[in-house]
Amino acid sequence: MELKRTPLYEAHLRCGGKMVEFGGFEMPVQYKTGVIREHMAVRTACGLFDVSHMGEVIMQGPDTVSNLNRLLTNDYTVMKDGQARYSPMCNEQGGTVDDLIVYRITGDRYFVVVNASNREKDVNWIKAHVSGKTTVEDVSDSFGQIAIQGPLAERILLKLTAAENIPKGNYTALWDRSVGGVNCIVSRTGYTGSDGFELYTPAEDTEKLWDLLLEAGKEEELIPCGLGARDTLRLEAGMPLYGHELSDTISPLTAGLGYFVKMDKEDFIGKAAIEAAGTPAQCRVGLKAVGRGIMREHQDIYVNGIKIGRTTSGTHCPYIGYPAAMAIIDREHSAIGTAVQVDVRGRMVDAEVVKLPFYKK
Amino acid sequence: MNFPKELKYSKTHEWVRFQEDGTAYIGITDYAQDQLGDLVFVNLPAAGDALQAGESFADVESVKAVSDVNAPVSGTVKEVNEALADAPEKMNEAPYDAWFVLAEGITDTDALMTAEEYEAFIAEEG
Repeated sequence: MELKRTPLYEAHLRCGGKMVEFGGFEMPVQYKTGVIREHMAVRTACGLFDVSHMGEVIMQGPDTVSNLNRLLTNDYTVMKDGQARYSPMCNEQGGTVDDLIVYRITGDRYFVVVNASNREKDVNWIKAHVSGKTTVEDVSDSFGQIAIQGPLAERILLKLTAAENIPKGNYTALWDRSVGGVNCIVSRTGYTGSDGFELYTPAEDTEKLWDLLLEAGKEEELIPCGLGARDTLRLEAGMPLYGHELSDTISPLTAGLGYFVKMDKEDFIGKAAIEAAGTPAQCRVGLKAVGRGIMREHQDIYVNGIKIGRTTSGTHCPYIGYPAAMAIIDREHSAIGTAVQVDVRGRMVDAEVVKLPFYKK
Repeated sequence: MNFPKELKYSKTHEWVRFQEDGTAYIGITDYAQDQLGDLVFVNLPAAGDALQAGESFADVESVKAVSDVNAPVSGTVKEVNEALADAPEKMNEAPYDAWFVLAEGITDTDALMTAEEYEAFIAEEG
């Protein structure tokens, strides 16, 4: 399959990006600065990410709220214009089709942001399950998306736009705003655990916006960051990644996302299966390495020689400064402080169950 | 990129610094550390372990991945640089000071390259 390129492909090459395949796209995994400096920039100053590979879908019509409530586990009944709300989307078996963010643009018009690797699957799933008066349009190719993340993100944005164009609350967005003359949706969201924004912009203007932001952020030492840092940042922030902590066979309850599953609302796809399953036998936990070694995904976890689960993501986390992993393990061994052993390529590394997230701003 | 003349190099990007007594220090090259990215962990062998040219004797980990480090020569581990385990970033900062092991009883040196040969080799490979 031919790899797709985002509108920022040329910009990445200019910035020295090391390109790899991700979700069907050629994306920068890091720049010459390296993952650690890119990660630290987001925690202490600011980093710029190309997230144009994400999929965007517009759903519109008088029956959209009831369709969202049936498709998704979160409750969309009461929502203001510009508000964003995260949700898992389940299959009939209670497994997870994807996790996504829904914005109410205005009235019965909604903007749905899905994972790049699930875009086609999601659009097909949504189209197959909507009923009544709702249109579903995949607009991914007409949008670019840039994330500017870190404590100095707002200061940099203020050089390019008026304060009234910057949303105040987390998980809120403002539509149709000019940032340096480029039309944007300005959203106070992100996937790093630090303060920051995601800017959705017409594909053809994305490169101009990228260059403007890099220039505006010079003084703040804003640097481009690749998918490597995006992954270590979200892991440190305890955020699930589809294909790791979530999958077609992992229920959002197992993944610790019960807060986003509203069992008391009207019926939704997967509700019956989730109800029937009761409290899942396994759950997602954070692991901190106590011994020497870096835990990675798909490694077996033991207590007293008995296998209790597997890691789903793991690496050395630059800001907290120790190797950390997320894992899905038997609930009976999930208490904070439980000592476990992780099989790191044949060598047992001692680790401890710790509270998620590893990092909180 | 820097390739000191007094060192020998392997095709799998390790360097060898021969000592007058026939022992040799072994590490990874500037090219290797650049390709691997920020290194955060090294798993070293123990003194007395046998080294077999072309076979893995240690591994290094970046934030993203694990990579084997091959022995550029055969021999026996005489001494291990335990300090490297506490400061893996030294492999990025000063790759030719960041030795992994001191080896003795060295054989299988025929495949080693000079600095010029190694530089030509990576120019071709990269």
